[in-house]
Amino acid sequence: MGPVLAGVLQLLALIGALALAYIPLGNYMARVYSSDKHLRVEKWIYKGIGADPNTEMRWPAYLRSVLAFSAVGVLFLYLLQRLQGILPGSLGFSSVNPAQSFNTAVSFVTNTNWQSYYGEQTMGHVVQTAGLAVQNFVSAAVGIAVAVALVRGFARSRTGELGNFWADLVRGTIRILVPLSVVAALVLVACGAIQNFSGIHEVGQFMGGHQQWNGGAVASQEAIKEVGTNGGGYFNANSAHPFENPTPFTNLFEIFLLLVIPFALTRTFGVMVGSIKQGYAILATMATIWLGFVALMMWTEFAHHGPALQAAGGAMEGKETRIGVGASSIFAVSTTLTSTGAVDSFHSSFTGLGGGITILGMQLGEIAPGGTGSGLYGMLIMAVIAVFIAGLMVGRTPEYLGKKIGTREMKLAACYILITPALVLIFAAASMALPTPPHSMLNSGAHGFSEVLYAFTSAANNNGSAFAGLNANTDWFNTMTGLAMVLGRFLPMVFVLALAGSLAEQKPVPVTVGTLRTEKPLFTGLLVGAILIITGLTYFPALALGPLAEGLAS
Amino acid sequence: MNNSVSNTARLLWAGLRALLVLTLVTGVIYPLVVTGIAQGIFPGKANGSEIKSNGQVVGSSLIGQSYNLPLKKGQETPDPDLKWFQGRPQNGLGANSINTQYKLILSGATNLSADSKVLVQQVKDAKAAVIKDNSVPGYTVEASQVPADAVTSSGSGLDPDISPAYADLQVHRIAEKNGLSVAQVQKLVDEHTDGRTLGFIGEPTVNVLELNIALKSLVTKS
Repeated sequence: MGPVLAGVLQLLALIGALALAYIPLGNYMARVYSSDKHLRVEKWIYKGIGADPNTEMRWPAYLRSVLAFSAVGVLFLYLLQRLQGILPGSLGFSSVNPAQSFNTAVSFVTNTNWQSYYGEQTMGHVVQTAGLAVQNFVSAAVGIAVAVALVRGFARSRTGELGNFWADLVRGTIRILVPLSVVAALVLVACGAIQNFSGIHEVGQFMGGHQQWNGGAVASQEAIKEVGTNGGGYFNANSAHPFENPTPFTNLFEIFLLLVIPFALTRTFGVMVGSIKQGYAILATMATIWLGFVALMMWTEFAHHGPALQAAGGAMEGKETRIGVGASSIFAVSTTLTSTGAVDSFHSSFTGLGGGITILGMQLGEIAPGGTGSGLYGMLIMAVIAVFIAGLMVGRTPEYLGKKIGTREMKLAACYILITPALVLIFAAASMALPTPPHSMLNSGAHGFSEVLYAFTSAANNNGSAFAGLNANTDWFNTMTGLAMVLGRFLPMVFVLALAGSLAEQKPVPVTVGTLRTEKPLFTGLLVGAILIITGLTYFPALALGPLAEGLAS
Repeated sequence: MNNSVSNTARLLWAGLRALLVLTLVTGVIYPLVVTGIAQGIFPGKANGSEIKSNGQVVGSSLIGQSYNLPLKKGQETPDPDLKWFQGRPQNGLGANSINTQYKLILSGATNLSADSKVLVQQVKDAKAAVIKDNSVPGYTVEASQVPADAVTSSGSGLDPDISPAYADLQVHRIAEKNGLSVAQVQKLVDEHTDGRTLGFIGEPTVNVLELNIALKSLVTKS
């Protein structure tokens, strides 16, 4: 069997596994966010928080809770790193400097997991497990909560109430993320991922002498890193490191983990709005884009254009032998089309076009299938835009799921889709225009520009992967990517929740013969088209200077 | 105004309490429970899949090592010890830059681009070295025989494996340097070649450390 066929078979196996999980997980998540019952452990937690989980919140209250919880999260994680030097259980590692602490705190709270530090030499047990891994859970739960609030906006009428943030946060963590992560972590350990608290210790070598290892709670962090589409690795090499991703099977398993919640949430959406078919239409849109990108990536990586890859006879630079080109391509596309940003191979050494595909994947807004929660709400915003475009064509007030898309709704959707590109392009342009930031580039020419474009695309879209040659541990990049992450996470949430509030207040519009049938394949086609055209028009000039220039030259 | 300040304070207080409670659940209980189960059921794997040779721990089957001769005077990069199977280039590995009381290896890739002149040179140099090192009397390696993994650095820099093609390429050299027959060494490589998981997941590999341990015991026996 050739590597191409093996790659295709792995893709098919992955699709099969995702299909099997889709209905049970999607239905389960719908029950989690619709049930009136509280588990006993949840009641204890609500008591600890001092919040009544049954109080309904309107959108401003929901938003304030999201922001308060996230602000506290940033501050806590910042202090944890700044105090590392005096905390016990920190392996004797010193405190992290202010700019990097700010960047890392923001990065993990926004579900980005951009890392300007080397995990194995910077973060001790306490920061890794009680700081970073905690945000892996709760930032993912916040994302799902906001998505569920938007879905409630569509599902509810004549109210304005979107649910209770604390209940959504706690349920997402306790009922979805923790159980999935426990199972996933144990599967990873069974295959060789490490899980211990040995700290730094010496291990003998074949040729004599010793090597020093940093042993920690890797598997438990790896599991939630994928399940919560976070992506921040315990080690610098992330999921390319054999202790994080030991075998070909774990590699495929990790791809499954990072895709399973985002895809299944479309089922949750369908169930909650009372039309499974609407969920399928959104799923079909996500799956079409994801499959198309995987096919393109496999094609360009197996073709291995580019002088260095041609000289080597294959695109193996930055890729692991056990994983190979095919599975690395699937991972790279899946991690950039979700907001994960974990890597099992290093995107900077991909072909020029392959690197471009990873950048474009993030620039779509990470909606195919996107991050936990953020993928669904991002895609629903695009659906609103698509029905608006369709409405313009036939001269009819657009509707989606029985709700009118009026001026206010369109303004909010338009703000949503403008904010991230504005952040990416302004920060990237400023970095190129100023005298010192370009010194951070490792490679020269088009690829050097791609490194900077990648950095801000990744930060503003809350992805977290990198063209890692860029030295991002400078005051400029730590601060600016930090700002891009905060604004790229929370401004869109403001617009999403405001939109949810305004939808929930409406009374439903009856379906007539003139209603655009948004559960049909025609709408899926329209939606895919709208996404590609809007992203293409926004980013084409920037892409032409970077990855396209590199890809077409080779 | 006072009202909104106190509302904000109350909200932040609730946020802090929520964070602390969830930290207890996901940042303390969760990792400890997973560690407990992992150490109970899979202690070897949870502690890094260490392997032994002659009763001594010689590394992890998951972590690649280098098989070099000791540094000679005035040398910056050591020469490979050609008696042993060689792994992939490790140009992406780094050294501790902070917390330097330790000597940690920093995992990582080169991140050089496909059109990088530096990378082209690295690949060309590596290819020339592979051809030179593995061409022994009666067996000449052609450039077209050298697989991509032999001349590129991996993502982690710690890749424990090489492709079967690269292992096969080294058989004649290993046989000559160790005074073994080509057939003996080829048999060893074949025994240590792992196919794809279930026939289609990942790529076929040869674990270099395990192969060298087996080679060592073969050399000692003969």
